[in-house]
Amino acid sequence: MTRTAATVEGAADPVRAALLRYVLRLGDTSLVLGQRLGEWIGHAPALEEDLGLANIALDLIGQARLLLTYAGEIEGRGRDEDALAFLRDGSDFFNLTLVEQPNGDFGRTIVRQLLVDAWQLEVYEALCASTDRRLAEIAAKAVKETRYHLRYSAGWTVRLGDGTEESHRRVQTALDELWPFTVELVTADEIDALLASRGIAPPLEELAPRWNARIDEVLREATLQRPADVPYAWFGKQGVHSEHLGYLLAEMQFLQRAYPGARW
Amino acid sequence: MNASSTVRTGTGPVRRPSEVWRLLESVHDPEIPVLSIVELGIVRYVALREDGRVEVGLTPTYSGCPATDVIRASVRDVLAKAGHADAVIREVLSPPWTSDWITEEGRRKLREFGIAPPADSVSSPRALLGSAAVACPRCGSTQTERVSEFGSTPCKAHYRCTSCLEPFDYFKCI
Repeated sequence: MTRTAATVEGAADPVRAALLRYVLRLGDTSLVLGQRLGEWIGHAPALEEDLGLANIALDLIGQARLLLTYAGEIEGRGRDEDALAFLRDGSDFFNLTLVEQPNGDFGRTIVRQLLVDAWQLEVYEALCASTDRRLAEIAAKAVKETRYHLRYSAGWTVRLGDGTEESHRRVQTALDELWPFTVELVTADEIDALLASRGIAPPLEELAPRWNARIDEVLREATLQRPADVPYAWFGKQGVHSEHLGYLLAEMQFLQRAYPGARW
Repeated sequence: MNASSTVRTGTGPVRRPSEVWRLLESVHDPEIPVLSIVELGIVRYVALREDGRVEVGLTPTYSGCPATDVIRASVRDVLAKAGHADAVIREVLSPPWTSDWITEEGRRKLREFGIAPPADSVSSPRALLGSAAVACPRCGSTQTERVSEFGSTPCKAHYRCTSCLEPFDYFKCI
């Protein structure tokens, strides 16, 4: 946490440094979740869900490409989307801790997806009005795709939650276990606050009740219990990750690390 | 397929934007070969720059659509054959692509090809709720059901007709 503060406060242009960090947070969140969903290819419970998860992964990776390309331009050190995706180490990734959590069963993947989709939808809807034009353009594109993703994850959450005793038990357990990772989604740090003050990013304290309302509505229909809030919060968005990210990166980055510069 | 030879009557490169548009009509989406990129609505503008180069603005349908790179390469290729090897191709993100931009002709071709075109305008409340009636492209019946929100490509969903029992692709309304 102190590392993040120092990096941004010590920068010649603190707003630009914060913007870079914020764009990496969004881009890394999409990239890591896209990689996780890709693990389902060939393994989903039915062909339709295999295609569904792969399609969502594709949208997410597409969004990550736009965001990481922009991040590389803000940084101005000649790193493109590929360099940022494949040649950074774990502590330089700023994705939400929630998205790096393992897939588990289909129900757990769906619960994770619901929590993130609802968050991304709020963020992208707000970013459409960002004072940063490029970010607003990317958000306008992503928001349409995200709305569609949420329809899918909310639909499955309701079917599984309000399904059989077994499916209900499994998604409730997944929700209980993933809930602590949602704190950072709605808790602003100095980067969120600085960018909100410039109209670049939405204030998280305004976004939080909308995210909560959206989630509560789905949970109610799914007959699921909203877990109690926990005092401890993860901060993947500050580069402090769970033990799972390293394994994910090892697989995702293997080719570029083993064969530097390899191309299709 | 060689549209450039039919458009180019003289020896020099094509000069007018309308000729460039005609060239672009020969470029197809590799995943929906029945549609040209003009009919799909992803060509946003054509301009002749002051430095004499042709500039084309393309917008992706979905951010992760793998056809985007292929389409850009095809456009470059067609323009190069028409004497514009130095054409500039720009990605246009805003306003984002919508299925409303598929032309009437494009919708007819989709239906004939066996893909149900978007049933509604995106501004319709029915489209927002995902409840628009989708007609089977084979028998025309609206007695259809959604099998999955997602299909063989990012732009399509998977449907089934309960009248003629055929499965079919539906072009998502976004």
